[in-house]
Amino acid sequence: MLRSSLRQVSAALKEGRVTPTELCQRCLALIKSTKFLNAYITVTEETALKQAEESEKRRKRGQPLGILDGIPIAVKDNFNTAGIETTCASNMLKGYISPYNATVVQKLLDQGAVLLGKTNLDEFAMGSGSTDGVFGPVRNPWSYSKQYKEKSVPKSHSEDEEYNWVITGGSSGGSAAAVSSFTCFAALGSDTGGSTRNPAAHCGVVGLKPTYGLISRHGLIPLVNSMDVPGILTRCVDDAAVLLGSLAGHDPKDSTTIQDDFKPFELPDLPDVSKLSIGIPKEYHAPGLSSEILSLWSKAADLFKNAGAKVVEVSLPHTRYSIVCYHVLCTAEVASNMARFDGLEYGHRSDVKDSTESMYAATRREGFNDVVRGRILSGNYFLLKQNYEKYFVKAQKVRRLIANDFGKVFGSGVDILLTPTTLSDAVPYTEFIQEDNRTRSAQDDILTQAANMAGLPAINVPTALSERGLPVGLQFIGRSFQEKQLLTVAKWFEKQVQFPVIQLEEAERHDNGVFQHQKSASFS
Amino acid sequence: MVARGCGGVWRRLRQRCAVRPGSGPFPRGERAVACNARGGMMSAGKSGLTPWIPVVGLEIHAQISSNSKLFSGSQVQFAAPPNSLVSFFDASLPGTLPVLNRRCVEAAVMTGLALNCHINKKSLFDRKHYFYADLPAGYQITQQRVPIAVNGSLSYSLCIDNKMSQMVTKTVRIKQIQLEQDSGKSLHDDARSQTLVDLNRAGVGLMELVMEPDMCCGEEAAAAVRELQLILQTLGSSQAVMAEGQLRVDANVSVHHPGEPYGVRTEVKNINSIRFLAKAVDYEIQRQIEELGNGGTISNETRAFDSKLGCTVPMRDKEGKQDYRFMPEPNLPPLILYDAKSLPANMNHQQVINIDWIRERLPDLPSVKREKLVEQYGILPEHSFTLLNEDGLPEFFENVVKQTQMKPKKVIGWILNDLLSYLKQHSLTVKESPVSSFLLADLLNLLEKKEISSTAAKQVMAIKAGNQKVLNKLIGLVQKKTQGRSNPVLVKQLLEKKLSE
Repeated sequence: MLRSSLRQVSAALKEGRVTPTELCQRCLALIKSTKFLNAYITVTEETALKQAEESEKRRKRGQPLGILDGIPIAVKDNFNTAGIETTCASNMLKGYISPYNATVVQKLLDQGAVLLGKTNLDEFAMGSGSTDGVFGPVRNPWSYSKQYKEKSVPKSHSEDEEYNWVITGGSSGGSAAAVSSFTCFAALGSDTGGSTRNPAAHCGVVGLKPTYGLISRHGLIPLVNSMDVPGILTRCVDDAAVLLGSLAGHDPKDSTTIQDDFKPFELPDLPDVSKLSIGIPKEYHAPGLSSEILSLWSKAADLFKNAGAKVVEVSLPHTRYSIVCYHVLCTAEVASNMARFDGLEYGHRSDVKDSTESMYAATRREGFNDVVRGRILSGNYFLLKQNYEKYFVKAQKVRRLIANDFGKVFGSGVDILLTPTTLSDAVPYTEFIQEDNRTRSAQDDILTQAANMAGLPAINVPTALSERGLPVGLQFIGRSFQEKQLLTVAKWFEKQVQFPVIQLEEAERHDNGVFQHQKSASFS
Repeated sequence: MVARGCGGVWRRLRQRCAVRPGSGPFPRGERAVACNARGGMMSAGKSGLTPWIPVVGLEIHAQISSNSKLFSGSQVQFAAPPNSLVSFFDASLPGTLPVLNRRCVEAAVMTGLALNCHINKKSLFDRKHYFYADLPAGYQITQQRVPIAVNGSLSYSLCIDNKMSQMVTKTVRIKQIQLEQDSGKSLHDDARSQTLVDLNRAGVGLMELVMEPDMCCGEEAAAAVRELQLILQTLGSSQAVMAEGQLRVDANVSVHHPGEPYGVRTEVKNINSIRFLAKAVDYEIQRQIEELGNGGTISNETRAFDSKLGCTVPMRDKEGKQDYRFMPEPNLPPLILYDAKSLPANMNHQQVINIDWIRERLPDLPSVKREKLVEQYGILPEHSFTLLNEDGLPEFFENVVKQTQMKPKKVIGWILNDLLSYLKQHSLTVKESPVSSFLLADLLNLLEKKEISSTAAKQVMAIKAGNQKVLNKLIGLVQKKTQGRSNPVLVKQLLEKKLSE
């Protein structure tokens, strides 16, 4: 039951095969027994059970609020949730209880979803590992899977399990781990440079970054306002479409959302890709791309070719400037966005009281980690009057060029771009922390971040297991607001690759399978 | 045609009036400098000293009269209990976003049009960063790069040598009008060494108007601001009450010799009335002339006007030169305005702002109202200024004229000389006048028919305006007429009854 998809479990709820309360309780129990993953910062057991009870009443009356009614979900801890702590995994907001719900959270609650808790992340979503938050790193559920253990652990001693666990990627690692370990059926992440797609790839789940402006950012604590998008993490593409349908559309509280109403859609059962043109951007053949992923990428291209689609190599020449350009724009906005954390209105306040200025300084030193402080410093440097033209304005121009690259490619008749999501499979934590956050982010965001620069929709689809038994995903990038086409292609691809289900002891113990496992015929 | 500045040249004060040692550059209470409003160059004087040309520019913040704040739904209200009008956005709670208030945009467009500005069909918002307790987000949203209105002008009039009969009209260029957020208020409690913050004002919409340095003395600055105030009040775009902080004026002042580049300027803040504006500017001009004359230099500093001492003093410079680290506000798309030509056909009327639509609905501006009064009633131009100077006075005048046979030219004298001085004595506005336009018209009709004397009319008006002492004079008049045959107590009762009708 827990391992089924959102749509399947919704059907089970509808048919009364399971009640919202039972479902909620099972998820809560699994959260407890997978606590070592550190996927959740806050588990809202009490309110979740209350919400489940309400859902149960509605379902009994035959008046459910829709497909999400009674479905357990999780939300990244950088979305505001009324009455529930919202920390951004930072000392600055530890204990902060927001008085309002983010629009996306409100929408989920309005549709009867059951909020299980808030998921772990890098502090203020600044990172690509989910290792740099004050609540500690998130562990990738695949580290504990039969698949990984069989392939990796024999090489070393079994007591090294503690040493061998791999990262989730980030910064929405908690949400990805939560969906991947079956503790919830869908989770919200956020995606500024790849923060939803990257952990989705490492955790073997679907990660959708919608078009900028399609989903409200109101209530999402910002990283880079001009690139942030709420992300959707689910077990399959169809579920992502369901979530998108329930979240997308204009929000009067976010002036950057589209004016038009969004029409939710269902994806065809038998998608047809034969009339499509799939672009393979050569620049994504980036240094450091693992040979495994390269070969998967090219096999994926062949799949499309064999299905009758046109597969063309395309060029996005400015992609290589994306990292440095992102660094300037991101840090500048971070410097600005973080200015509000001064200890006066909310959040941490230092005991240093010599002067207002010293209180500000101490508050910010105590409240933010090195990564956040480093970005604030560089951002303010780029915004100085003498540097503004040289860095910020130039980066904006490069951003335009990067966006134009996509425009040209899509203008030439290409429908969807196919790229890898990450350079390699997830690395062990001990290896990951050898390098600093900045270097890692620069490497890890390389394949995902251009889509944020251009505001385009992109999705990670779990594709296969690596030699080490870890998930690898590929990314599809679509035209602005063409989510339906993007998801249709993603669904077709998902069907072709038959990504294996994670074999997790804890999940199996909690789940006396009502549903049959998906066949683990892997795509290789 | 834009007349820039008055070209007035001032000599060092020492040439004209003696300075008492230790009392500052000029004696308190004495008019420091006279403005040469004729626009001519003043001679360098007998002493042959090179004259100084003062240059005055203004930065004015006008609080927009609107029900809610610029980017949030909180109410705008003066003197509400502290922190009672604060939305999540105003307190900069994480994750909140600005939503632009349409009314504030319309007010800025109206004001821009009234000041002959070019309205930018596309304007942008920027963040201006600085840390201050009453700025919760750590930045102010403003329009640094592309403001909503640019390149305007304001015509204002002032009289030469304080003579109402010699009025001259001048023009000051308006560089730009930008929309921006107001800050909150910090209250420093020195006794307990703490700062209390009231965010009621935080996020209220402001129009920042920048007036080019086209003025040359306090009187000009004051006249320009007074005219602006009348315009804003006529438009309703701001209540523009200086005492309530709805109109805040900072003056940039410098002096230079003819033919030389402008001098280093100082910025004078803390000016909270038009009268103080004239004083502050004149003081600052004189101070700079004194300073330079004594071989000193002027530094580019911010000074505050101390209304009690009547002088400007250096303000504690917070942390040297601030770098505001401007950047585009990413949460607000460009502000797009339309005109009749560019208006998209299928656009929802509620979603767009049409400049032409606003232009067509602009009320008569004070200058037009004055012209109409002069034309229609044949009154003197300077009288039209006095009429416009008080809210409701033109209407009062027109109502009296409608109800009396007396010629408007004569009516105006009665209103401006007699009524206004009685009201002033009792600190009343014309809207609070105990003498209604109907009563005044009645009185003037009696006068026209020669049924009462002008003295009697004035006395009736005085009593009506609150001066009971005059009643005795009237009783005296009755006694005289009746040759002492009337009962004074009865006369008093009858008069009181009549007058209270």
